[in-house]
Amino acid sequence: MSSVSLEKIDIHYGKVHVVRSLDLHIRDGEFLVLLGPSGCGKSTLLSAIGGLNDVSSGKILFNDKDVTWVDPKDRGIGMVFQSYALYPTMTVERNMSFGLRIAGLDRATIDKKVTWAAELLQITHLLDRKPSALSGGQRQRVAIGRALVRDADIFLFDEPLSNLDAKLRAELRLEIKKLHKALKSTMIYVTHDQIEALTLADRIAVMKDGIIQQLDTPLNVYNKPANAFVGSFLGSPAMNKVEGQLVADNDRLFFEAGTFRLDVSSYPFAQKVEAARKVVLGLRPEHIVPANGSAPVIEGKVSLIEPLGSSILAWSVFNGINLSHMVGQDDGCEVDHPFAVTIDVQKASFFDVETGWRL
Amino acid sequence: MTRVTPPTIVVKRPLSYQEVWGRVGIYAFLGMLALFFFLPAYVMLVTSFKGMDEIRLGHIFTLPQQFSVDAWVKAWTSACTGLDCTGLRVGFWNSVKIVVPSMTLSILLGAINGYALSFWKVKGANVLFACLLLGSFIPYQVFIYPLVRVYAQAGIYGSLPAIVLTHIIFGMPVMTLLFRNYYSGLPVELFKAARVDGAGFWKIFFAIILPMSAPITIVAVIMQVTAIWNDFLLGLVFAGRDNLPMTVQLNNIVNTTTGERAYNVNMAATMLTSLVPLTVYLVSGRWFVRGIASGAVKG
Amino acid sequence: MGAHFTRHVKRNLVAYIALLPMAAVVIFAYLGTLAWSVRLSFSSSRLLPKNDFVGLSQYVDLFDTPRWLTSLGNLVIIAFFFLLICFILGCLLAIFIDQNVRAESLFRTVFLYPYAMSFVVAGLIWQWILNPDLGIQQTMRGLGFSGFVLDWVVNPKMVLYAIILATVWHGSGLVMALLLAGLRGIDSEIWKATRIDGIPTWRVYLSIILPMLRPMIITSLVLLSISIIKMYDVVVAMTNGGPGTASEVPAKFIMDNLFERANIGLATAASTVMLITVMFIMAPVLYFQYFRKSGSSS
Repeated sequence: MSSVSLEKIDIHYGKVHVVRSLDLHIRDGEFLVLLGPSGCGKSTLLSAIGGLNDVSSGKILFNDKDVTWVDPKDRGIGMVFQSYALYPTMTVERNMSFGLRIAGLDRATIDKKVTWAAELLQITHLLDRKPSALSGGQRQRVAIGRALVRDADIFLFDEPLSNLDAKLRAELRLEIKKLHKALKSTMIYVTHDQIEALTLADRIAVMKDGIIQQLDTPLNVYNKPANAFVGSFLGSPAMNKVEGQLVADNDRLFFEAGTFRLDVSSYPFAQKVEAARKVVLGLRPEHIVPANGSAPVIEGKVSLIEPLGSSILAWSVFNGINLSHMVGQDDGCEVDHPFAVTIDVQKASFFDVETGWRL
Repeated sequence: MTRVTPPTIVVKRPLSYQEVWGRVGIYAFLGMLALFFFLPAYVMLVTSFKGMDEIRLGHIFTLPQQFSVDAWVKAWTSACTGLDCTGLRVGFWNSVKIVVPSMTLSILLGAINGYALSFWKVKGANVLFACLLLGSFIPYQVFIYPLVRVYAQAGIYGSLPAIVLTHIIFGMPVMTLLFRNYYSGLPVELFKAARVDGAGFWKIFFAIILPMSAPITIVAVIMQVTAIWNDFLLGLVFAGRDNLPMTVQLNNIVNTTTGERAYNVNMAATMLTSLVPLTVYLVSGRWFVRGIASGAVKG
Repeated sequence: MGAHFTRHVKRNLVAYIALLPMAAVVIFAYLGTLAWSVRLSFSSSRLLPKNDFVGLSQYVDLFDTPRWLTSLGNLVIIAFFFLLICFILGCLLAIFIDQNVRAESLFRTVFLYPYAMSFVVAGLIWQWILNPDLGIQQTMRGLGFSGFVLDWVVNPKMVLYAIILATVWHGSGLVMALLLAGLRGIDSEIWKATRIDGIPTWRVYLSIILPMLRPMIITSLVLLSISIIKMYDVVVAMTNGGPGTASEVPAKFIMDNLFERANIGLATAASTVMLITVMFIMAPVLYFQYFRKSGSSS
């Protein structure tokens, strides 16, 4: 069991500044997901935690012990990679036991550990095979098994499911979640897939350009994105963004963009905002619901619908503003017909036009 | 590499006149050139089985009237370089003695260099490598004289170690490039996983990387055997009188004979000298081409 | 940064040690010898190296030496025709072989086998075939063409073409092999697209395929250029620079001055000129092919 602290980490690759003065504390037993687009520095950061990349400056602490310059093998970590990284010339059994053999453990202990991990991951029948004879899902199970036998305090996952098809991905996602529940180890998981992040994480750190944009629970990251980037990076279908300004009128506050006007008095602003301020309104499609009579209604005209299976994503124009919104199959939403909606202002987000930060 | 659909004729249908003539043209062109390319080998072969009386008639393309292997025996056992009539076999064994250690060591060093360059972030290594690559473009003549002086100082000039060392030096750019490119194609994560597993520099090299290097090692062996066997200049300068490789001895036999030239012996000797690289070429097939392609400058 | 670097070295110490042989080779065998060679070209060294400094006088002498000027001129002629013919021949061979021909591997084998053989061997074979007394010339005369002349190896005016013939025979297969590998790597959908657009085959090769093979073409031309600048063995075996000095080349000029004529200063000046020439040709190619690509891809 271990906590992980990163203090003022900087990583340069030649002239590229990959990670910028990054601070992060990961609690003992926590499942932390590093989420971000490719090139945001998340994998580099994970490699640095594993000791596979040198940091340019800053400190890495495991349980308050400085491990910045400790060799990977002495950090008590297990690591799982996107490409599985199984040693192609060795059988599954030898793949899993390679590290233990290097550490000089005796045969009986090695066998016990390998058997335990193989049973946990249901790969016992594959132990004698070479990696080339395995399917993608089986390979990743073996790779996880190889990390498990190391008795690691911290597990590092580098996009472990990205090479798998959708069905296997969902299956192994569940597997990893069960594993975390059973082992209670600290796990750091890098992905660009928001579903993985939301389903697995205790906390998500959303990264961009080597900087953590927001560090919070999945629900908070989703519902209260710290800035416009986080807002649009998470959520599928994507968040609507409308640029406009705030207008005060009779003690009430309105958002205006052209002829589009929305009463936003109920929005819980985090700070005092003055009227006439330029803002970006972020609205998730599921927070624009078909009108049910009670709340203020906005009329629009449907221009396009995309059936998603369980529900329908409609694109409609409301007073000159094009918004995507969710409708049910029975809500009678048809292309070129008018449609009325209610906007849940409390769940909306406002961002500063210039900085993009949440208001 | 998958075989790409050929550009012509996809559907089986009767060919038009134009297409028939097109095919004829293609085969005529290829056939004529094949003849031109094959001709020297043919002439070499038939000449080597003729007697000198027959050669003097001046029909180089005819098959031997009296088939004889005397020229081959003579070339191998008793052809003369000046006064020294020991045959090409001396050169053959010298070449073997040069090729085996030169090839082994240069491949091993190339593999280690390539491995260190592509997986270990050693500062300054890429600058060194760039210098090495540049060096491979520079004519040997620039390096030869200083090397001769250094070897003379070290007391190894004109010896087997000198020629082996020289082949290692001049083989290093291409061997390093070959292995570096191959290893760059392997997933880095493999290396990272091994580091997490606690393996060090040599353990990773011998337990993981080397077992995966079979294909590229074959290419490297082919390249080095042919290159070192075919070398003339370095052998001439560095090997010394007692270790002259086969190519140098061949040239001495052919070009320094006094009196009438024994063309049949010369051609048998030429055949014998080509035998090793030709065998390598014919056996290795596509691997040989792969070697040419990967030995070239590619990022 | 200093302490940082020390820790980096400590963690990767074995890797540094493993690269020592390479470092030694680069520093001593390449850079050191090169510097020494250049240094000697500014001295008056003859049989033994001297440490004096005579400025550019060796270079002045060099360009007053008819044999050197002949060598340079010969190299230019040989290189020009060699590269041109090898390239055109190699291209045609590759394209024709790519037409789904029967016995493809036989053709490939025949066109490339000379490349597997030594330059010495190539030189000796062609010396024999072109031998005016017993070679093709005599054979043709024996067949009744009494005026037939093919005396290239002994004719000072034609001897360069004899060398070009032997080197082209040796090197065209390389272009063919590399381009054929490139042709096989081209996406078949390109061919489908051009067929739908109705573009004639020759036009597709010229305007689409060859430009796509640019890296292969450059690679083969670079390899051939290096081999022709280094050209020594084939000349020694075929003509030994003769008749007279009609087929002298720079590489041979240097070797002769180093080891037979005992004129080290002149030889190193000549080798420095070769060095500069090679750098001049290679620098842009290397930059575009190697350094820039590796810079942007990693």
